[in-house]
Amino acid sequence: MKTFRKSYGLTLLALPGILLLFLMDYVPLYGLLLPFKDYKYNLGIWNSPWVGFDNFRFLFNGDILRRVLRNTLLYNLVFIALGTAVSVFFALLLREVGRKAVKAYQTVLFIPYFISWVVAGFAFQALLNMDYGILNKGLEAFGMEPVMWYNDPKYWPFILIVVAIWKGLGYGAVIYYAAIIGVDAEYYEAARMDGATKLRQAVSITIPMIMPIITMMVILQIGKIFYSDFGLFYNVTMNSTLLYPTTDVIDTFVYRSLVDLGDIGMAGAAGFFQSVVGFTLVILTNYVVRKINADNSLF
Amino acid sequence: MSKPTNPVVRSPYIGSRTVVHLFFILVCFICIYPFLVVLGTSLQNESDILKSGYAIFPKQIDLTAYKVLLHNPGVLLNAYLVNIYTTALGAAAGLFITTGFAFAISRKDYAYRKQLSLYVFFTMLFQGGMVPSYILMVSWLDLKDNVLALILPFLITGWHVLLMKGFLQSLPEALFESAKIDGANEFIIFTKIVLPLTKPALATLGLFLVLQYWNDWWLTLLYIENENLMKLQYLLIRVLRNMEFLNSAEAVQYGLVKPGQQVPSLSARMAMCILAAGPMLVVFPFFQKYFVQGLTVGSVKG
Repeated sequence: MKTFRKSYGLTLLALPGILLLFLMDYVPLYGLLLPFKDYKYNLGIWNSPWVGFDNFRFLFNGDILRRVLRNTLLYNLVFIALGTAVSVFFALLLREVGRKAVKAYQTVLFIPYFISWVVAGFAFQALLNMDYGILNKGLEAFGMEPVMWYNDPKYWPFILIVVAIWKGLGYGAVIYYAAIIGVDAEYYEAARMDGATKLRQAVSITIPMIMPIITMMVILQIGKIFYSDFGLFYNVTMNSTLLYPTTDVIDTFVYRSLVDLGDIGMAGAAGFFQSVVGFTLVILTNYVVRKINADNSLF
Repeated sequence: MSKPTNPVVRSPYIGSRTVVHLFFILVCFICIYPFLVVLGTSLQNESDILKSGYAIFPKQIDLTAYKVLLHNPGVLLNAYLVNIYTTALGAAAGLFITTGFAFAISRKDYAYRKQLSLYVFFTMLFQGGMVPSYILMVSWLDLKDNVLALILPFLITGWHVLLMKGFLQSLPEALFESAKIDGANEFIIFTKIVLPLTKPALATLGLFLVLQYWNDWWLTLLYIENENLMKLQYLLIRVLRNMEFLNSAEAVQYGLVKPGQQVPSLSARMAMCILAAGPMLVVFPFFQKYFVQGLTVGSVKG
């Protein structure tokens, strides 16, 4: 009680945050019961009848789950691997240019990050539109057939990867650049004395020194490996049904089940899967990382 | 900004710095190219687009698209208004709530520091997901078509709290001690000492929140059916999806165009995009300095 009185002032400051987090983040956890229920709006979660694993059975028996799982996982693996590599690469390059230039480049690289996915959707529409898009006009100029980009799923893994990297590059590069400029200059001086090349310095000093940050970012991304950036998959593809074979991911599927089809059970089951498996993955990854090198683990 | 750790030493590879610069210039161009096309198209003459497609450089500058959109700007203005007040309210309240929470858990002498840090960290690792949140907002809180549905969900997020905590931890503890001796309570310390000292951090978080609220379309998509509460970005989605939107009955019904009016729909769509995205592009360079600083501190583990 005495501790409570002593920390009363700070608790009061934290209180709005505590309550909001409780309401917006903890209360919904109760909804994890949903997939085990046959949810009826008028009965609420608790009073709706239990159905055991029926919703999961339904979900796992359809071919959609296989499709969305495959897409979600593959895209995320590529985003994590390629996204991290590209960001680190740009961060390393930023170190090679002067301060003024760094600022200018950072600003421009950040622009896509600052723009909403809707506007990005417009921007790529301007490139990919079948009749008026720059790409098809270019193809025409070379005497080639225009491509029906929004009708053919086979181009989309490539397009989506490029778009995702384009949008996230500025942010990633700045995070890693911040870590890089924090590295003690003495290491580099010593390395130069020994005649180490830039490449050698990057591989032997910079990358090992920023490894904790890289690992932290990767662990957090692994926790979200069953989640996708809804904006990317919904807006950039213009939610084109024809593209679903390669663009449908768990989030777009959950959204459709929930809003278009009103199938709360199925949407809930898929969401449950995302939460529980994602959480397990973070714990596992963190455990493995801690075994290898405790300094790099997240917690 | 810290000084470069790497004093310029002439690289043994002749011209390698130039190559790096050229590379960056190319990438920067790629970054903004798609937007330039949108801008260029919005200024084009409709028949030029029909003939030769979208382009960065209009054959002739034609402002018809903007004129049509601004001639009868009711819906657009209303969406702007919704954007402005949700952004202002959300960002202001979000700043206060997030910073207050972060300040408490940044204080080493705070008794519940550990518990509350875990409390916020857990929300980053484990979430109920889209469906439970939807039911919370719609059935339990009854916020469908309520402006609160456009504000509440983004007010506090784990990542923002941790960013802020990283900043606040760097403030000297002695400052609070002496203020307390002078008889200040925590609220006064927070508002009179902490907030003025953390302007760069507040600017960073503020920009994060402003962006999030301004660019939001997701909350409208989920929770809003009332036309008067629709945000800009959501309006854009409809325009983008429906090629003929601006010439459709729906657009007339929304008051975007007058009945019988023919709209240069190709350029008008892009013009609308510019009108919606424009303000952010103007605002963001002013904040960018703080933003990078904020990320720098925030990305330090702890």
